[in-house]
Amino acid sequence: MEAVEKVKVLISEWLTKDKVVGFLALRTVAGHPIPYLFTKPDDLDGLYLGEVRYPLTKLLIRLARKYSDNSFGILARACDERSLVELYKNQQLDPNKVTFLGVACSEELAEKCECFRPYPSRIDIGEQVDRQGDLASVTKIEAMQESERYRYWMDQFTKCIKCYGCRNICPVCFCPSCTLEDHDLVHLGGMPPQIPIFHLVRAVHMADRCIDCGLCEEACPADIPLRTLYRKVRETVKNLFGYLPGESVEDVPPLESLGDGTFEVCQTCREK
Amino acid sequence: MEYRTVQTTCTYCGCGCGLLLEVMDEGLVGTLPLKTHPINEGTLCIKGWSVHEFVESEKRLQYPLVRKNGDFLETGWDDVLGLVASRIMEIRDKFGPDSIAFLSSAKCTNEENYLLQKLARAVVGTNNVDHCARL
Repeated sequence: MEAVEKVKVLISEWLTKDKVVGFLALRTVAGHPIPYLFTKPDDLDGLYLGEVRYPLTKLLIRLARKYSDNSFGILARACDERSLVELYKNQQLDPNKVTFLGVACSEELAEKCECFRPYPSRIDIGEQVDRQGDLASVTKIEAMQESERYRYWMDQFTKCIKCYGCRNICPVCFCPSCTLEDHDLVHLGGMPPQIPIFHLVRAVHMADRCIDCGLCEEACPADIPLRTLYRKVRETVKNLFGYLPGESVEDVPPLESLGDGTFEVCQTCREK
Repeated sequence: MEYRTVQTTCTYCGCGCGLLLEVMDEGLVGTLPLKTHPINEGTLCIKGWSVHEFVESEKRLQYPLVRKNGDFLETGWDDVLGLVASRIMEIRDKFGPDSIAFLSSAKCTNEENYLLQKLARAVVGTNNVDHCARL
């Protein structure tokens, strides 16, 4: 049996045996792969397993909240799995109520995404491709003189049209109240955004959260190299605290391991 | 239980970005950029990202209003169109066709914009045609 048919059979079993009430993935409609919750095995004809990526795990949060007693299935590439780890850690999703179907990315996609590990912990479809991650984009910018580097980033940030797309698409951005919408810190309802503070606020918030999926950069209408910026903060946190987001639910983020131990995931986030 | 996304075109300006409206149990809950769209290729501006918010906004005008003695009164379409047509012709006859201007919209289709300029030029007789797409 063809690999695609095999996974369809697997998902059908999950659905018919009530392992999950729905399977969140992409479905081809009018030639476009778009997010869809499969609830009936018959719908699986349109299941799309190609290389277009949407922040499925983030989309699952709303469903999981409304149907908190139910379990869901979800299509997950390596980046999706890393985001699941962060969403479990931050109590946005319950790991006991999510089953993922692991997709290993092709060599082409892994190359395009500059992925450091293009396969999830369990592969249901696709072949494992090993690819070494690198920080070439960061190194290139760090080779610049300080003034030149500052100019470079300021020039990049000047292009921003303040669409909030980087935040909106981000699979690990879920806070009900966002610092980028805080009147005291950000001038709301006006352009241009204050630079570099607007972008650096987000970069700081990404430091212990970013799973390096690159969706932000893909969603940026101004082509700002956001991923390079967040890779740098990821690297900084890794070097300082030995912490990498998205690797394991057991790993304790620096905000929790530092200080007097009173830090905890905020109640507001947990409830909403 | 239902969750699906519906592909459509952004109505905010003339670019025609492809977007997806998130529908959960028949309610509109969010907007996503359509990643495979040839125009916007998975990006949107802040207005596009917020499209789902205005669709069901309480502030949205849902029927024609006519001002009478300072108050806006809900009025049927036939009455309103009759009133607009008669007032436009009245003004044209009294002050000439160039006393009237037609403002069209980037939110309309090409065909609708074509019809509006046709109305302005062929029926009323003015070239005073403009639109909101001077972005």
